[in-house]
Amino acid sequence: MNLSSKLLGIVAVFKDPYHLLRAAGEAQRRQFKHCDAFTPYPVHGLDKLLGIKRSLIPWVTLVFGLAGCLGGLGLQIWTSAVAWPLNIGGKPFLSIPAFIPITFECTVLLGGLATFAALLMFCRLPNYHTRALDKEITNDAFALYISAKEEGFREGDVREFLEKSGAYEIKMVE
Amino acid sequence: MDFEKEPLINPAKKIADVNSDVCRPLESFPTRAWTVAFGISVSLFLMGIGLIVYQLKVGMGVWGLNHPVGWGIDITNFVFWIGIGHAGTLISAILHLFRQRWRTSINRAAEAMTIFAVMTAGLFPLIHLGRNWFFFWLLPYPNLRNLWVNFRSPLLWDVFAVSTYFTISLVFWYMGLIPDFASVRDRAKNRIRKIVYSLLALGWRGSQRHWNHYETAYLILAGLSTPLVLSVHSIVSFDFAVSILPGWHTTIFPPYFVAGAIFSGFAMVVTLLVIVRKVFGLEDYITMVHLENMNKIILVTGMMVGYAYACEFFTAWYSGNTYEWFTFKNRALGPYAWAYWTMIFSNVAAPQVFWVKKWRRSIPIMFVLSLIINIGMWFERFTIIVTSLHRDFLPVNWDQYIPTFVDWGYTLFSFGFFFTFFLIFCRLFPTIAMSEVKATMHTGRKTEQEHEFVF
Repeated sequence: MNLSSKLLGIVAVFKDPYHLLRAAGEAQRRQFKHCDAFTPYPVHGLDKLLGIKRSLIPWVTLVFGLAGCLGGLGLQIWTSAVAWPLNIGGKPFLSIPAFIPITFECTVLLGGLATFAALLMFCRLPNYHTRALDKEITNDAFALYISAKEEGFREGDVREFLEKSGAYEIKMVE
Repeated sequence: MDFEKEPLINPAKKIADVNSDVCRPLESFPTRAWTVAFGISVSLFLMGIGLIVYQLKVGMGVWGLNHPVGWGIDITNFVFWIGIGHAGTLISAILHLFRQRWRTSINRAAEAMTIFAVMTAGLFPLIHLGRNWFFFWLLPYPNLRNLWVNFRSPLLWDVFAVSTYFTISLVFWYMGLIPDFASVRDRAKNRIRKIVYSLLALGWRGSQRHWNHYETAYLILAGLSTPLVLSVHSIVSFDFAVSILPGWHTTIFPPYFVAGAIFSGFAMVVTLLVIVRKVFGLEDYITMVHLENMNKIILVTGMMVGYAYACEFFTAWYSGNTYEWFTFKNRALGPYAWAYWTMIFSNVAAPQVFWVKKWRRSIPIMFVLSLIINIGMWFERFTIIVTSLHRDFLPVNWDQYIPTFVDWGYTLFSFGFFFTFFLIFCRLFPTIAMSEVKATMHTGRKTEQEHEFVF
């Protein structure tokens, strides 16, 4: 095949996560760094094999949650005690205990929305351009994608270990 | 543990069956039963719109509210529907944190219930405002008079709590739906369906790198929703507890309201799912294990509610406060005693049936009981609100509250509103979280070569 010069990568499709994990283990042994798996549900243990690092989303949540907390509290203090202090039922202008519920709600609101926004940002979603590798991935297929850019990538070798791991379909991505 | 665990999902099902079974209602014409139910719901919905127009035209006098009962069925409905929502969040968030895998079959429908219940609840304060067109005065925005909202008022806490609850529940629900929308997209044969679900799925492809972020975000949202759901009904209870009215002014209210909310919400989940699993043929996924687990939670929370009833009655007597003790005697023996005893029977006595395993696993019994509990919990709110208001400190102030057809009409409207949305949901969305169910199905099973799945 003279098309092999344009080869972008190889996709192996498995029928269950067990065999996918075996293939991912082989990829890890070859120190491949750009592999990705496509699965109907998150398969635990894959992250480590594929060298995917812990998500940074918690930090985004923390920053925005704190911003919501301080912003909510600040707004209440400023409006109730600074901008226009009103005597309501003789309560102090700076009634911190009464400000806690809204402070909490602002923390959750901003933290939660930021978490979702961060998810979309980190996953680069929405993305209507990239096509799915296989239609069955959202059904019952587990796919492993090995990029041709990997150091030490040899088509024959990759095909062999994918087949050995139990792939029922191997596709070339060109 | 050496006993055989009953499988969560019918073991004959393969993961490829999940998509086709769950998506079937989306891909076929509505059944007759659905059309009839939808027709009734929409009629009630439209009737409610008519009532709102009537109220705007005539004024607040169309309600049965008057001095001294300024809160009646409207606020009863508000608290009732907010409470219904809580079970959905408990299932989706708290059970997720506790790694309860049985939640996966029921969380989608329960979360949908939460969202529609909160929408329904949110209508009532808005309808009840009086000058409804000034609803935006509830929000802190810089207006021409430089006047801000009163942040010390529990009613304003409510605005923040309910709107945050709605927003976060919606985001959490949508996030759970993304992989399932992708499933519907990839199996769609119809062009319009394909386009719509492609847009909704945001281009989800199931990449492990995405799942990594997805699971983290899901966990965080579950972690945020857990205190949120507890705060929402606590804050709703502050509407009462922060006042000085006997029967309202008690510190037991926040936990009591939260337990009651989960109790009533689970009853509603049972009502809905018993119907959904039957109508859409999902008995293999929403199995007896799920229903029984929910009935156990109903039994536990029902007894917590029963304890709260006993505790507040005892405290009223033990406090030695004349007005407090009078309010409670008036609840049990006064003109609204029928509402009080309906509540005691439905919420404390009736759920005891669930001690018997056979009855806990009987569909007719749990269905009837879930309806009884829903009625009982509605009357709990009615009792708390109306009996405390109608006879307060000075006998010269006392009066009866007689709801008008508008009050009752709005109650029917709330059900029509809720079911209109819920029925649309059943037609257009996967009613079971497919990707999560698939993950559950592989656990503990073996591959064809007898390798055990280890995750």
